[in-house]
Amino acid sequence: MNLGPHADFIIAAYAVTVFVIGSLIAWIALDYSAQRRILGDLEEQGVTRRSLRTSKDKP
Amino acid sequence: MPIIDLANPTRFLNIVNRVLPWLAAATVLVFAFGLARIMGAPDDYQQGATVKIMYLHVPAAWLSMMCWGVMTVAALGTLVWRHPLSDVAGKAAAPIGTAFTFICLITGSLWGRPTWGTYWVWDARLTSMLVLFLLYLGVLALYWTAEDPGRGSRAAAVLALVGAINIPIIKFSVEYWNTLHQPASLFRKGGSAIDPAILTPLLVMAGGFTLLFFTLHFAAMRNEILRRRVRSMRLIQAQELHA
Repeated sequence: MNLGPHADFIIAAYAVTVFVIGSLIAWIALDYSAQRRILGDLEEQGVTRRSLRTSKDKP
Repeated sequence: MPIIDLANPTRFLNIVNRVLPWLAAATVLVFAFGLARIMGAPDDYQQGATVKIMYLHVPAAWLSMMCWGVMTVAALGTLVWRHPLSDVAGKAAAPIGTAFTFICLITGSLWGRPTWGTYWVWDARLTSMLVLFLLYLGVLALYWTAEDPGRGSRAAAVLALVGAINIPIIKFSVEYWNTLHQPASLFRKGGSAIDPAILTPLLVMAGGFTLLFFTLHFAAMRNEILRRRVRSMRLIQAQELHA
């Protein structure tokens, strides 16, 4: 594929897009694993959410 | 299932966990198809191969405005009905919209240099798009720096509603003002002015970007719901320690 005399601009545009979207995906994925880990730690320490506690306490 | 049932965060999480892998797979497939179509698409008779930047620039511009539309609806839900899931949706959309607007500005600048002879000009379309980017940064600052999350969310929702005025300004800027940016060539009276050989990959890429937005938005909403659970559990833990 011949990108012509302005190939640098085309490649730079695609590189920036891939970098920004890749960073966004990585940030969301890392945030998800971090939140899951913190929630797991809190549950291990015996902390229960108020909504779950209320439903358990119901007769 | 009534639509109101989706407003329950736990039920929403269950649905997102089921839907997200399929949405991500569909995004990858549509992008792969779109990139294959771009490779086979002809060059523009005036712009040459730089038209390939359009396949990123135009969908990113559409998504940046659509994302603000999502934030505007979410802001109404936050301010009028005070529904937590609306607030979650608004907060999750903000960084994604910022990223799409950034991509639109940078790719537009890189497209402008070979076609217009300049990276930037202070015309109505480019300036209103820069204003949108600054509004996104303002919303992010309100969400991320407020000491009280509730107050930060309400302030961000107000800014989202006020900033919605900018969306029609962006859309009609090329019609009402004399700008360097070209007028609308797709959604215009008399139909699209783009040749089908170039239009098809553009629409496929727009579909890919839209799927990407929903994939990232649902994933970010899931993160935000989990973050709020962490916060409430830490508050309970602190209360129990002080009791």
